[in-house]
Amino acid sequence: MEWRWDFAIEILPQMLGAMLNTLLAAGIGYGIALIVGLLLLLGQRTKYALLNMAVREVVEFVRSTPLIVQLFFVYFVAPQFGVVLSAWTSAMLTIGIHYGTYLSEVYRGGLEAVPRGQWEACRALNFSPARTYFRVVIPQALPASLPGMGNYLVGIFKDTPMLSTIGVVELMHTANALGAETYRYLEPYTMVGFMFLLISLPTAAGLRKFERYVGRALGVTK
Amino acid sequence: MNVLSERNEMNQSSSISAPDENPMVRFSGVTKRYGNLTVLDNLDLDVSANEMVSIIGPSGSGKTTVLRMLMTLETIDQGIIYVDGNPLTHMERNGEMVFANERYLRTQRNNIGMVFQQFNLFPHMTALENCIEAPINVLGLKRDEAEQRAIDLLRMVGMLGKKDEHPTRLSGGQQQRVAIARALAMRPKVMLLDEVTSALDPEVIGEVLNVIRALNSEHNLTMLMVTHQMGFAREISDRVCFFYKGKIAEQGTPDQIFNDPQNDRTKQFLSAVLDAN
Amino acid sequence: MSYIDFLFEFSPKLLTGAYITALQMLCASALAILVSLTFGLLRLSKNRLATGFATVYIEFFRGTSLLVQLYWIYYVLPLMGLTLDAFEAGFIAIGLNFGAYGAEIVRGSIQAVPKGQWEAATALNMSPSLRMRRIIIPQTFSILLPPASNLLVELLKATSLVALITVVDLMFVAKQINATTWLSAQTFGTALVIYYVMARFALTPFLRWLEILAARKVGKV
Ligand SMILES: Nc1ncnc2c1ncn2[C@@H]1O[C@H](COP(=O)(O)OP(=O)(O)OP(=O)(O)O)[C@@H](O)[C@H]1O
Ligand SMILES: [Mg+2]
Repeated sequence: MEWRWDFAIEILPQMLGAMLNTLLAAGIGYGIALIVGLLLLLGQRTKYALLNMAVREVVEFVRSTPLIVQLFFVYFVAPQFGVVLSAWTSAMLTIGIHYGTYLSEVYRGGLEAVPRGQWEACRALNFSPARTYFRVVIPQALPASLPGMGNYLVGIFKDTPMLSTIGVVELMHTANALGAETYRYLEPYTMVGFMFLLISLPTAAGLRKFERYVGRALGVTK
Repeated sequence: MNVLSERNEMNQSSSISAPDENPMVRFSGVTKRYGNLTVLDNLDLDVSANEMVSIIGPSGSGKTTVLRMLMTLETIDQGIIYVDGNPLTHMERNGEMVFANERYLRTQRNNIGMVFQQFNLFPHMTALENCIEAPINVLGLKRDEAEQRAIDLLRMVGMLGKKDEHPTRLSGGQQQRVAIARALAMRPKVMLLDEVTSALDPEVIGEVLNVIRALNSEHNLTMLMVTHQMGFAREISDRVCFFYKGKIAEQGTPDQIFNDPQNDRTKQFLSAVLDAN
Repeated sequence: MSYIDFLFEFSPKLLTGAYITALQMLCASALAILVSLTFGLLRLSKNRLATGFATVYIEFFRGTSLLVQLYWIYYVLPLMGLTLDAFEAGFIAIGLNFGAYGAEIVRGSIQAVPKGQWEAATALNMSPSLRMRRIIIPQTFSILLPPASNLLVELLKATSLVALITVVDLMFVAKQINATTWLSAQTFGTALVIYYVMARFALTPFLRWLEILAARKVGKV
């Protein structure tokens, strides 16, 4: 089978439109994951040992099981209990929770990167907890967390093709549809691959730059 | 005036020993640069067979670099180094001297052994395995022979009892003694010692110095030793070279350097070091 | 239908699927390890062509999505005359993809071996290949295993995507059961638990054991 440029150009507008959906899904999913991650982190640092342990186990469970199975679980199980979730809602919820568990670990790593002496110095200076966190801890934890946070943004982006399996109309879904319609899979699938490459490589490079910028702006790294 | 007198002193001091026709090591006009920084500047240095030369000098004066070039861990920019009459840094190709390639270096490196400040023992091997790895795989010795050689050397450095321990289970002094045995197992003609006691706790420095004393008196070895232990350098060396900014500012017998230094830099350095002790 | 009945009826099927998942995992891991070593070492070679090739490979496979690669290998390659059955396409796509991530781990762990170890080996006149084989690589294991363990857990999870190209693995079986019974909670819930057990109580302990072994080898324990 030969590559046909005319066909590639013909489907390009539709593919680009679908790409917007892909980016939207990744963006929203990431936003939810950032918040879920924070909640899961706090949930492991409460006064109640039992709750901490339970949250820890949930995080462990979600991290150890495949996103796509979770996606089907959420999408198909909710109706069994009388709640019908749209494909988009299920997708955003699943990505938010799945990557939230990863991000909670990233946040935790960031906090652990702050030396004990820093906390002790804050106590010695009688700083309020808010001051301790916002002026001392977070400015040091953030640069340590950023690489992980960036990786998972790109990670979510690259996982979005899975959403096509429950009917979210993103890039992969569109490529499948075009293929089924025209019996030509070469161009749609190859274009999806290159579109991913064209977005994820510059994004990864941009994130590295951003990390260095933040580290320098906060005066934590050189 | 000042410059002139310094130059005179340098000539004086370097002409102390009669020139050796067949030096074991010869640096001839060697220059080493890192970017714009000239670390060694047109260095000439001969070391005779069985001579013990100590290299002293302030931090950054190029002492380590001298040893690393001789071990071929660094390339040089100008000049040439000879070991035992053969060029080390260069080889002959079509009648011309060109920089040595890896294959040529491998024919020459066996002549030289080095002991590092940080020991650099292989952590995944026992003391004995550290000492037989290269003799077997580089020199091609039989395992029995290599082990016998290693055992003799470990006994000499007082580490035979720990031959089956991994480095992490040994103290710094013990590790350094194994490292000396490991280097000796290759039967080098020239041994390079770079601040071998600097990473050690004070109470174990003595045990390593004792090994070096024994080496010096009982073996036919040419040694170049970078050290901050002035007392030891004075006791053991045949010659002391004082490095300053990539040059030998002054050299002579320990007696000359320590009791009657001529160069102002040497005097300053020695008084600073001796004050600190 | 009670959950017990459900298990009685469907666990043989689910376990057969889990077996295929395990096979995919083994084949993909083997390929991924091979690819990681090859491209990790190429990345460090002095030959510019070799490093360039390795970099392109790594960036390409990390920059596109695994699912896209899977579809491409299964649906597009046959159009070019290379037909793979679903099982082969599945583990090959996963192995090539994870190999790219693994190569970076290999490269990083080799570079993490202290400079003094390289120099000590050179000072003993070891050849570059002997040095790599006997001194450097044995020391990379303890550095490499923790990140490699994480990657292998991710790989196990990623095998679930092969269901989408009709490999009858655990995910595929779960989808089948769901389509006929509509007992979604039971079906996908059980599948999740099986994945969890495989990851947490089989794979992870095995990898921990390897990590301890490697740490012992360099005398860290
Ligand atoms: N790889 C390198 N790149 C750039 N500069 C280097 C490098 N290695 C050494 N230098 C510089 O070369 C100079 C000489 O270094 P060298 O290690 O020989 O000094 P030294 O006399 O051994 O000092 P010390 O007593 O501190 O060990 C120093 O200024 C050092 O910063
Ligand atoms: Mg030095």
